[in-house]
Amino acid sequence: MENMIGARALMVALEKEGVKEVFGLPGGANLPMYDELYKSNIRHILARHEQSAAHMADGYGRVSRKPGVCFATSGPGSTNLITGIATAQADSAPMVAITGQVPVKMIGRDAFQESDIIGMSNPCVKYAFQPRDPSEIPEVVKKGFYIASTGRPGPVLLDIPKDVQQNEGKMTFPHEFKIRGYHPWTDPDIANIEKAIDMLLSSEKPIILSGGGVIISSTFPELQSIAEMLMIPVVTTFKGKGSFPENHPLSLGPIGMHGHAEANKLMVEADCVLAIGTRFSDRSIGTFEEFEKRLKIIHMDVDPAEIGKNQTTSIAVVGDLQASLRIMVKMLMKKAIKQTEENKWIKHVKEVKQYWRENLKLPKGEMTAAKILRKLREVLPKEAITTTEVGQHQMWASLFFDVIHPGTFFSSTGLGTMGWGFPAAIGAKVARPDVPVVDIAGEGSFNMTENSLATSVLEDIPVIVFLVNNSSLGMVAQWQRTFYDRRMIGIDLKNCPDYVKIAESYGAQGIRAQSLDELGRAIKAGLKSDVTTVIDIPIDPDDDVLPFVAPGTPLKDMILPS
Amino acid sequence: MLTIISILVENKPGILWKVTNMFRSRNFNIESISVGVTVDPEFSRMTITTKGDEKYVQQIVKQLDKMIDTVEVRRLDEHKTVYRELILFKIKVSKASDSMEINKLASAYGAKVHDAKKDSIMVELTATPDQINAFEELAKPYGIIETARTGVAALQRSGA
Ligand SMILES: Cc1ncc(C[n+]2csc(CCOP(=O)(O)OP(=O)(O)O)c2C)c(N)n1
Repeated sequence: MENMIGARALMVALEKEGVKEVFGLPGGANLPMYDELYKSNIRHILARHEQSAAHMADGYGRVSRKPGVCFATSGPGSTNLITGIATAQADSAPMVAITGQVPVKMIGRDAFQESDIIGMSNPCVKYAFQPRDPSEIPEVVKKGFYIASTGRPGPVLLDIPKDVQQNEGKMTFPHEFKIRGYHPWTDPDIANIEKAIDMLLSSEKPIILSGGGVIISSTFPELQSIAEMLMIPVVTTFKGKGSFPENHPLSLGPIGMHGHAEANKLMVEADCVLAIGTRFSDRSIGTFEEFEKRLKIIHMDVDPAEIGKNQTTSIAVVGDLQASLRIMVKMLMKKAIKQTEENKWIKHVKEVKQYWRENLKLPKGEMTAAKILRKLREVLPKEAITTTEVGQHQMWASLFFDVIHPGTFFSSTGLGTMGWGFPAAIGAKVARPDVPVVDIAGEGSFNMTENSLATSVLEDIPVIVFLVNNSSLGMVAQWQRTFYDRRMIGIDLKNCPDYVKIAESYGAQGIRAQSLDELGRAIKAGLKSDVTTVIDIPIDPDDDVLPFVAPGTPLKDMILPS
Repeated sequence: MLTIISILVENKPGILWKVTNMFRSRNFNIESISVGVTVDPEFSRMTITTKGDEKYVQQIVKQLDKMIDTVEVRRLDEHKTVYRELILFKIKVSKASDSMEINKLASAYGAKVHDAKKDSIMVELTATPDQINAFEELAKPYGIIETARTGVAALQRSGA
C-alpha cells in the first residue's frame, strides 16, 4: 500500500493498463489530473474540442482494440464529450472517458461548471463510475478498462470529483477484482453450432451476413474459411464492411439502404442466413417483419440481448465470435466438408454479381464519386486504414471503395455522427503510425471538426483528408430531392470556406484536385507528406447515391439508377 | 399476462434509477415496482411486474441481465410464487351502516381496519394485485378518498 493523491493514482493505474497516449482538453476541475499527467510518461494529445478528443479515443480504440482514453473537465467539457461517447456506444467501441467533477461537497448544489454527467451519459455508456474516495481510484480504473474492452466493448465513464483527485489515499493496485453482475464470456453452445451447420447444408440458397462484430473480434480468417468450405456468398452490414475481403469471388459487399445492388438482390433471394455479429439494424435490413418472415436466421453474437431483439431467430449461438467461429471451422474440418462443386445457387450468385458490376448505371463525367473513389483505391496501399464522415460520400465509399485487407475500414455507422471521421483518423494514426490513414470526408462533416487539423499538425500525426466536396449537405439534399419534391432548404454550403486555405492556415498541405490525374498525384503527395494533406475534390452537387432503399421499406423495393 | 421479475441488485446509490431509466429508454412498461434491502446488506431486491407477450418479456429480462449492476434476474412463474402487494385505503363513511359493511368486507378479504372514524375508515390489505383490484371495486360505491399502494413483492416457493 502506498500513500498518494488520487490524480497520481490515476496516472499510475493508466500506466498499468498500458496507456501511452490520452486525448483531451483541460479545465478547472481536471487540473490536478493534468498536473500529474505532466509528471507521468503518458503523452497528452491536445484536442481543440472535447468531442474530437472523444472521437480520437474512439478511432484509437477501434483500430488497436484497446480502450482509447480521453480527458475533459467538468460541466461543458464533459457535455462536449457526450456526442463522442454516444458514437462509441452505438458502434461498440472500447473507450475510457475521464472527466473532472466539482468537489464531492459541492455536488448537487449547482456549483460552477457542475453537470450531472453520470445522469446525462447513462443511456450511452456501458458503465460509469464516480469514485468518492481517492483510494477507490486504482480499482475503478482497472474495472473500467475491463468493462470497456470485454464482451461487447463500449465506452466507460470515470467521473472524478476534484477533491478526490487532490486528496491523499492509501492505494493498492489490485490484480484481481470481481464484478458480480458482469459475465462477458459465455461458452458458445456447441450443439447449436452443429445444428447451424446442418441448417446451412440443407438450405438451397444460404448466405452469410457479416456484421461489425466480426471486425471487433478480428475473426477474419475463420469467417473466410467458413465461407470457402461451405461455398456460401458473403454480404456484410455497412458496419461489417471489409470484414470479408471485398475482392473475394464470394464477396457481394454491404446490404442495406445504400447496399450494393447485387447484395440486396441476393439477400432477398436467400432462404437461410448465417448472421454473425450483427444487430439487424433497420438501415441494413429494411423492415424487420419482411426479413424474418422469409428467412431462416442463424444468429451468432456475443451479446445475448441482441438475440431476438430485432429478429426472431431459428438458431442462436451466444458467445465470443472468434471462439464460436473457430469451433465451427473445426467441425467443418472434422466432417471433411469442402464444397468444391459450383451448385446452382453459387452459379446464380456469380451471374447476378457480374451483371450488376457491369450494368449499374453511373453518372457520366470525369470527377464522379465512383471514379474518384476507385482512383483512391488504386493509389492507396491495401493495408491503409480508412475512416469516413457521414453522408453521401460515406455511402459512395461503401459502394465504390473496396476494402481488401479486413478490418481497415471504420465509420460512424450506428449514430451517424458528422465530424467523426477526421478526429477518428487521427486516433487511428496514433494507434497505427506505420500505415497511411485516410478520412473519406464530406465538406459538411469535415467542417464540424476541422479544427483537429491543429492537433494533427502540431502533434505530428499526419493523415489524408479525401474531401468529396459537393458544397452541400448532400445526403440531406438527396432526401429533399427524393421525398420533398425538391424543396431545397438548409443544404447549400456555398463553397464556404475554402478548404485549401483552411488546410494551409493550420500548417497542413491543401491541394485541389480537378481531374483524375491531379487526384492521383495529390493522393501520392499526401502519402509522402510529413503533414496532414487535405485534398479538396469538387464534384457535382446534384448526384444522388444509388441504389437507395427508402427508410421503412423492404430491400426488394430498392430504387435503382434509371 | 402478468409477469413478475425478481432482480437482485448491488445495494448502491442510483441503481433503481438506472433500472427504471433502462425501461424508459427501451420503451418497456412497468406495472409495479418494489425495492428493499435484503438480509445481506450488500444487495437489494427489486420486484417488477409488467405485462406483455413472450418476446417482449424476454427482451426485458435480457436487457436487465445485461446491466452490470444486476447480479441475478429471474422471471417468476405466477403459479409457483408467493406474490403480494400492500395497499392502504381510506374509505368514506356516509351512514352508520357503511361502517359495518366496510368492516365485513375487510374481514372477508383478510384486511385490517386501522383508523375507524365517524366519516372515514382506513383499511390495510395485503393480497395479490387481482384481489386488491376486486376489493377496490367493492369499496368504490362507498367512496374511496385515497389509496397508497406498494407494488408487488414476490418470492418463489421452495422446491418450485
Ligand atoms: C452531427 C450531425 N448532424 C446532422 C446530421 C444529418 N446529416 C446526415 S448526412 C448530412 C449531410 C452531410 O454533409 P457532408 O458531410 O457534406 O456529406 P455529403 O452528404 O455532402 O457527402 C447531414 C446534415 C448528422 N448525421 N450528424
